[in-house]
Amino acid sequence: MTKQFLLDGQPVPFDDGQTILEAARKAGHYIPSLCWHKDFPPHGSCKLCVVKAAGRHVSACATPAKEGWEVESNTPEINGERRGLLQMLFVEGNHFCPSCEKSGNCELQALAYEYEVLTPRFRHFFPDRPVDASHPDVLLDFNRCIFCELCVRASREIDGKSVFALTGRGIGKHLVVNAESGRLGDTDFAATDAAAHICPVGVILPKGTGFAVPIGKRSFDITTIRSKTLKESS
Amino acid sequence: MNSPAPRKLRVATASLAGCFGCHMSFLDIDEHLFELVELIEFDRSPLTDIKDVGPCDIGLIEGGVCNAENVHVLREFRRNCKTLIALGACAVNGGLPAQRNHIPLAECLREVYQFRDGVANGQIPNDPELPLPLDKVRPIHEVVRVDYFIPGCPPSGPAIWKFLTDLLAGRTPRLSGGLLHYD
Repeated sequence: MTKQFLLDGQPVPFDDGQTILEAARKAGHYIPSLCWHKDFPPHGSCKLCVVKAAGRHVSACATPAKEGWEVESNTPEINGERRGLLQMLFVEGNHFCPSCEKSGNCELQALAYEYEVLTPRFRHFFPDRPVDASHPDVLLDFNRCIFCELCVRASREIDGKSVFALTGRGIGKHLVVNAESGRLGDTDFAATDAAAHICPVGVILPKGTGFAVPIGKRSFDITTIRSKTLKESS
Repeated sequence: MNSPAPRKLRVATASLAGCFGCHMSFLDIDEHLFELVELIEFDRSPLTDIKDVGPCDIGLIEGGVCNAENVHVLREFRRNCKTLIALGACAVNGGLPAQRNHIPLAECLREVYQFRDGVANGQIPNDPELPLPLDKVRPIHEVVRVDYFIPGCPPSGPAIWKFLTDLLAGRTPRLSGGLLHYD
């Protein structure tokens, strides 16, 4: 007999070793995420997949499912925490959607739509993060970085180049480029790299294609991140 | 005997550090304007040209806070409006004007008034009538308490109409199902 746990009262079957997030999505239940990617081990940094399992808050992406667990995800308490996390991500960087090429395709924005975030709530940091336009084919706009490390992981593990890294701690944490000059143009980074297409927000942008699809006709103008995610994981 | 018509709600609007795009979008509710004027009357607004805000039920603020006059107007709105609403991206998070926030103010002014191509003997304007700019452009919730937020650059006419009709009918305003956009 297959093992199962309860997610918001619904039985979810799982195999040994499967995480709560993987099992839930496979069974057609949505748990949000930003830093999780099926091709990499869990990172557990964005915390948007937070659920309450056996009375404790855990990251669904990094917690193996257990037989008989009662897991809460889509509740006012947990969704409120997710909203707070999204709001903190927004005020920490410079997320100015109207001028961002990624608007409409951005997962951070789509999650904020999903959880009906209407206000930044907190005081903005307005950090100073200069852009890097040195590469002929790709623009780097650090203003929108959420430190999910997807580009770091993709460049290291798929492309074998290790072009990106995170450095600094806490409020001083930032994304850096692995070149003596610190500029993307001085690396062997290519627009065909996996790392060039993995950014969930608008940091790594291919040049010359930004508005090929107009605002209003993009992924999350047409569908929700909930249905897109469930479609991809079924 | 006919019961008296319900009192019309008084609504004030202002554009602080904004482009009036949100006000234009407000006018984009088109024929709903006829329904709206049955329910509300305007106090201070660019539409009435009344210069000072009086006691109101609803205040709509477009734009962020970039100078001392914006602070004054915003506080006056907060004092007089029972419900204050941030209308559009700039009021909600600073928007386009806030893109100057990482540049020191003096550098910003010198770049525009002294060093720009084609400017000779330029001076930074210092007429005492000009409101002093703030060092950073702030969203309005960082200056006063704000009751509701309508994001968007601008929020669409249908989004503004949905929000206002919810509010006027006494429902909790809600933007969902494609009405919520940040761009």
